[in-house]
Amino acid sequence: MSAAAIRKPVEGAPAKWDEDPVLTVEHLTMRFGGLVAINDLSFNVGRGQITALIGPNGAGKTTVFNCVTGFYKPTEGRIVMRHGPGRQQQAIDTLTQGGLKWQATGEGAVFLLERMPDFEISHQAKVARTFQNIRLFGGMTVLENLLVAQHNVLMRASGFTLGGIVGIPSFRKAEKEAIDKAVYWLEQVHLIERADDPAGDLPYGAQRRLEIARAMCTEPQLLCLDEPAAGLNPRESAELNELLQFIRANHETSILLIEHDMGVVMEISDHIVVLDYGVKISDGDADFVRNDPSVIAAYLGVEDEEIEAAPEVASLVVEAIGEGAAKQVGIKAAAVPAAAAVAETAATADSEAASHPGKRPSGLAAAREGGPDRLTRIKGVGPVNEKKLNGLGIWHFDQVASWKKAEVEWVGSYLAFPGRIEREEWVKQAKALAKSGKGKTGGAK
Amino acid sequence: MEYFVQQLINGLTLGSIYGLIAIGYTMVYGIIGMINFAHGDIFMIGSFIALATFLVLTTVLGFAFLPVVLLIVLIVSMLFTSAWGWTVERLAYRPLRGSFRLAPLITAIGMSIVLQNFVQVTQGARVKPLPPQIQGGITLMEGNTENGAIVVQLSYMQIIIIVTTLVLMTLFTLLISRTSLGRAQRACEQDRKMASLLGVNVDRTISLTFVMGAALASVAGLMFLLLYGVIDFYIGFLAGVKAFTAAVLGGIGSLPGAMLGGLLIGLIEVFWSGYFSVEYKDVAAFSILAIVLIFLPSGLLGKPEVEKV
Amino acid sequence: MSTVSTNVNPENSFQASIKDALLAAFLTGVLGFYFLALRTDIAPGGLAVTTRWGLWFSAIAIVFAGRLLLNLFVWRTDKPVTRGLLSASAGVGTALPDLGKWLGRALFAFAVILPFFFIIFFPGQQRQYIDLAILIMTYIMLGWGLNIVVGLAGLLDLGYVAFYAVGAYSFALLSTHYEFIGFWTALPLAGLLAAFWGVILGFPVLRLRGDYLAIVTLAFGEIIRVVLLNWYEFTGGPNGISGIPKPTFFGLEFSRGEGGFADFFGLEFSTIHRFVYLYYIIFLLAIITNIVTMRLRRLPVGRAWEALREDEIACRSLGINTTNTKLTAFAIGAMFGGFAGSFFATRQGFISPESFTFLESAIILAIVVLGGLGSQIGVVIASIVMIGGIEMLRNIGFLSQIFGPGFDPTQYRMLIFGLAMVLIMVWKPRGLISTREPSAVLKEKKKIGADMVAQGEGH
Repeated sequence: MSAAAIRKPVEGAPAKWDEDPVLTVEHLTMRFGGLVAINDLSFNVGRGQITALIGPNGAGKTTVFNCVTGFYKPTEGRIVMRHGPGRQQQAIDTLTQGGLKWQATGEGAVFLLERMPDFEISHQAKVARTFQNIRLFGGMTVLENLLVAQHNVLMRASGFTLGGIVGIPSFRKAEKEAIDKAVYWLEQVHLIERADDPAGDLPYGAQRRLEIARAMCTEPQLLCLDEPAAGLNPRESAELNELLQFIRANHETSILLIEHDMGVVMEISDHIVVLDYGVKISDGDADFVRNDPSVIAAYLGVEDEEIEAAPEVASLVVEAIGEGAAKQVGIKAAAVPAAAAVAETAATADSEAASHPGKRPSGLAAAREGGPDRLTRIKGVGPVNEKKLNGLGIWHFDQVASWKKAEVEWVGSYLAFPGRIEREEWVKQAKALAKSGKGKTGGAK
Repeated sequence: MEYFVQQLINGLTLGSIYGLIAIGYTMVYGIIGMINFAHGDIFMIGSFIALATFLVLTTVLGFAFLPVVLLIVLIVSMLFTSAWGWTVERLAYRPLRGSFRLAPLITAIGMSIVLQNFVQVTQGARVKPLPPQIQGGITLMEGNTENGAIVVQLSYMQIIIIVTTLVLMTLFTLLISRTSLGRAQRACEQDRKMASLLGVNVDRTISLTFVMGAALASVAGLMFLLLYGVIDFYIGFLAGVKAFTAAVLGGIGSLPGAMLGGLLIGLIEVFWSGYFSVEYKDVAAFSILAIVLIFLPSGLLGKPEVEKV
Repeated sequence: MSTVSTNVNPENSFQASIKDALLAAFLTGVLGFYFLALRTDIAPGGLAVTTRWGLWFSAIAIVFAGRLLLNLFVWRTDKPVTRGLLSASAGVGTALPDLGKWLGRALFAFAVILPFFFIIFFPGQQRQYIDLAILIMTYIMLGWGLNIVVGLAGLLDLGYVAFYAVGAYSFALLSTHYEFIGFWTALPLAGLLAAFWGVILGFPVLRLRGDYLAIVTLAFGEIIRVVLLNWYEFTGGPNGISGIPKPTFFGLEFSRGEGGFADFFGLEFSTIHRFVYLYYIIFLLAIITNIVTMRLRRLPVGRAWEALREDEIACRSLGINTTNTKLTAFAIGAMFGGFAGSFFATRQGFISPESFTFLESAIILAIVVLGGLGSQIGVVIASIVMIGGIEMLRNIGFLSQIFGPGFDPTQYRMLIFGLAMVLIMVWKPRGLISTREPSAVLKEKKKIGADMVAQGEGH
C-alpha cells in the first residue's frame, strides 16, 4: 500500500480509503470564540478499515469526533457519511446544493452529518461512538445498557409504546431478538457473566468494553472510539486489539479511533491521520506516518522541557511512535535514530531552504557574547527545534522578535509547523523575553 | 412622561430590594450550586426582627430620634438574621454536603415551610401594619394630564433605600474582590475539594456566605417594612421567587448581575402594573424568568456554560 | 478526668458535651428572642409588643437538656444507646427487598378491604378514616405520576400541581357547562388536556438542566395559578367553581330516595356509600397509574427515561431523541396529575386556586423524594407517613390535656411537616427505599444500590 500524504505526492494507485471512503471530512473548521480548534481539516475513512486519529494532547482529535457525531456544529466544512460502496459523488453534490440532510441512492445512501442533530446521526446515518470519559448508564444493568442501545428498533416494534402496553406479540419477539443480540455482544466482550450487574460496578477495563458493545448494538456502519485503550493494562489492551480486529473481520463496521497508545494504533490501524493544533500534518499507513519527520517533530516539539539529552529523546520517540511497530518492522528500539535523523534534517536545512515559502530569516554565524539565549523558554519551542533554529543562525530572542510575517511563514514551513508559530505567538513571546533580558543563564546545550 | 418617570423611580426602589435578596441567592448558588429555597423566608424573618426591634425601641424604650433608631434597627436585624442564616445552613444543608443533589433542595423547601409556619405560630397569621415612618420627599416635576395634576416625587424613603443599597453593594463588592474571605469564596466556587486541600476552611467559608446573604436579606426586609408598611409570614415566598428570578436574569453567580437583575425585575413589575394590569404582574415576572432561562440560560452577565462531551 | 485512660476522645468528654449544649441553648436564645420572647400584635393605636419570657426560657431549657442528653447518650459517647437500634435497622435494610415485596402485597390487600375494615371496626369514625384514606390515596396517585417525571426521567418538576389544577378545572368547567358530560366521560378528557399542557409547557423548557428546569416549572405552576385567580369570566377567580357534580355509579346517584344507589340495590341509605365509592374510584385510578408505570418501565420508552436520568449525552449518542423522550415523560406524568385533579374536583364539589399553591407541589415532590426516587412502594410509605401522620395530629386529644384546652395541634401541622421533611432527608438523603429494580433480567435479578443510580439532569 503506498502512502498518500500531504508532504509527498501520491505514488502509484490511490489508497483504499480514498477509493472507497465510508466517511469523508472536507475542509472542516471549528472555532470556539477566537480559538481555532480545527483548521481546514480533510481526510477519508476507508470502508471496512480501522483508521486512527492521533496527535498530541490538545490537537483537536475529540473535537473532530464531536463534529462527526453531531455534538458540535462545525463552523465550516462538510462531513459525508456513505452507506454502500463507492464515492457516490453525484448524490453528494445534489444533496449539498439542496437543503436535504440525507438521500437514498442506487448504491445505498449518503448523509451530510454537519446538517444532522446528534441522535439522527446515530439513528439514521449509523455512526456510533464511545466517550473518552466513559459514559455508561451506571445505575442500569449491563443488559439494560445494551437494550437502551436498541431503543429505536424496539420503539418501532412496540408500536411507539401503545402496542407495548397491551403486549402485542410482535413486540415480545423483537424484545427477545434484542436480548439475543445483547447476549451475542456480551459474549464477544466477555461480560456475559455480569449481565445482571449494574454497569457502574464493573471494573474500568470492562466498562470500556461494555461501551464498545453498547455502541455495536446500534448496528453502526462507522464506529468512533475515543481513546478506547486509555487506562487499560497491557493484557486488556491486547484484548481490545482482538475485539477491534474481530469487528473489522466479522461486521460491516468501519472504525475510526483516537488513541494515544501507539502499540494499539500501529498494530491494528490500516490508516493513520495525524493532527497537531487542529491541522493535519500527516496522513498515510503506519509505516509512512512513523517515518514522517513532521510527526516526529510535532511529538518532540510538544514534549519539551524534559528532553535534554539525546538518548532520552530517542527513547521518547520510540515510545511515542515506534514501539508497537518497531517489533513489526524488525527495528530494535534503541536503533531508531530519531535524534540523529533530526540532526540530519538540520544539516540539510541549507539545501532545502529555497523550497519553503516566505523569507528565510537572517542568522548569525555564532551567538553573541554572553552565550545564546535559551530559546526553549518560548512556549512551543522544544530542544530539538532550538537546535534547528540554532542551525539557522538564530540564537537570541531579539532575532525571533524581529521576524515579520514572511519569516514566520518560512520558519513554520521549515520546522513543519504550519501556522503554529503564529498561534503560539512566538514573536510576541520573544519580544517580551528579549525585553526582560532573562534567559541568558545556561543557554542551549 | 411624568407618569413614566414616577414609575421609573418606583421600579428602581422595588428593584433595589429584590437585588439585595438576589445577592444571597447568587452567592449561595455560586458557592455550593444549590437553590437556597429558604432564603426568601430569611428575608421575611429579617423584616419581622426589624419590626420588633423598631417597636421595642420606640414604644418600650422610648427612643424618638428616627435616624438613630433606624440605624440601630438595621444593625440589630442584620446580626440576628445572620444567626438565622447560619443556623439554617448548619442544620439543613451542611449534613447533606456532597450528598445527592436533590436532598438539599428538599431540605431547603422543608426549611422554608418550617420558617413560615414557625413565624405564623409564634407571631400570628395576621398582617402586621406599621404606619409610614418617613414621610415627605423631593418634588422632581409637575405636569398636567387629562386626569388632573400629576406630581413626580422622589420620597425620602426611596432615597434611603437606593442609597443604602448602593452603599451595601459597594461594600460587598469590595469584600468579595479584596479580602481573603472573598478569595476563599471564589476558590470554593471553582473547586471545593482543591480549596480545602490548599487550606481554605470550606465549611467556614460557606457558613459566612450564608451569613452575608442573610444580612443583606434582612436589610431588604427592613426596607420592605418601611416602604410597604405591611408584613406577614408569607411575604418571603413571592419575594424569594422574584429575587431568584433576578439572580438568574443577571446571571447566577455574578454579584453585579444580581443587582442588575433585581433592578430589571423591579422595573418590569412596576411598569407592567402601571401600564397593563396589576393582577398579572407576577405573571410578567415569571414569564421573564422562563424566557430568560430558555433563550439566555447564562443570564445577562453570567458566564456561558459549555457542554462537555 | 485524669484518672480516665488516655484513649477517651476529648470530643466525648463531659465538659465538651456541656459546652456544646450551652452553645445550642445560647443560639436558641438568640434565634428565639424575637419570635418566642417577643410578640407583636395589633393593638388599639397601632402595634404593641408583648413579652413571653416563660416561653423563651422553657425553649432554651428544652434545647439545653435535649442536646445534653443526646450528646451524652448518642452523639458524643463511645457507646451510643442507638447502636443496637442502628445494627437492627441495618439488618432490616438487607432483608428489605423481600420485605418490600411482602409489604407491598400486604398494603394492597389492606387497601382492597379498607372501607369495610373501617366500617366494621371503627363504626363511629368510619367516615373520617375513609376520607383520610381517600386523601392519602390521592397523594399516592400524584406521587406515582410525578415519580415518572422526577424518579424515572430525572427531570426535576416543581410545578406539578399545575397539571393537577388543569385536570380539576377541566373537569369542573366541562361538567358545569355541559350537563351530558359526567365524571367518566370527563376523566379522559381532563387527562388529555393536562397531557396537552404538559407538552405545551414542557417543549420550551426541557432543554434546561437540573435546577433551572425546576425553577421554570415552578414559574409555570405559579403562572397557571395566577391566571386561574384572575380570569374571573372563565374560572370564577378566587371564588372558584362550585356545584361540581358528584360521580354516579353507572348513572345511579348517591342520594336518598328513589332512583338512588341505595334504593336500586335495596340497601338502607347511608352517606358512607358515596365515600366508599369515591375511595374505590381513586384506588382504581392509582392502581392504573401504578400498573401503567410498571409496564412503561419495561418498555423501550421507560428504559430511555431511566437512561436519560443516567446520562443524557450517552442517550443522544445511541440515537435516542431526548426531546421526545422527555416530552412523553412530562405528558404522561401530567396526564396522571390531570386524572387526580378530576377526582379532586368531583370529590370536593368545589375548587378554587387556593388548592393549587406551590406548597402542594412541594408536598408531592417531598413524597417522591422521601419515598426514594423511582420507588413505587416508597411513594406509598411516604404518603402514609407524611399525609396520614400529619392528619392524625387533628385527632390527638391528649395533647390538649398536656398543653391546656386552648391548644390546637392542627396549627402545628405544617411546622411538623416541614421539620419531618428536613429530618428524614438528613437521615436518609436517598429516601426510604432507594434500591432500583432492573427492568430486564438475563439470569438472576439483582437489586441495584442507590449509590450507583444517578439522579438526573445536571446532577
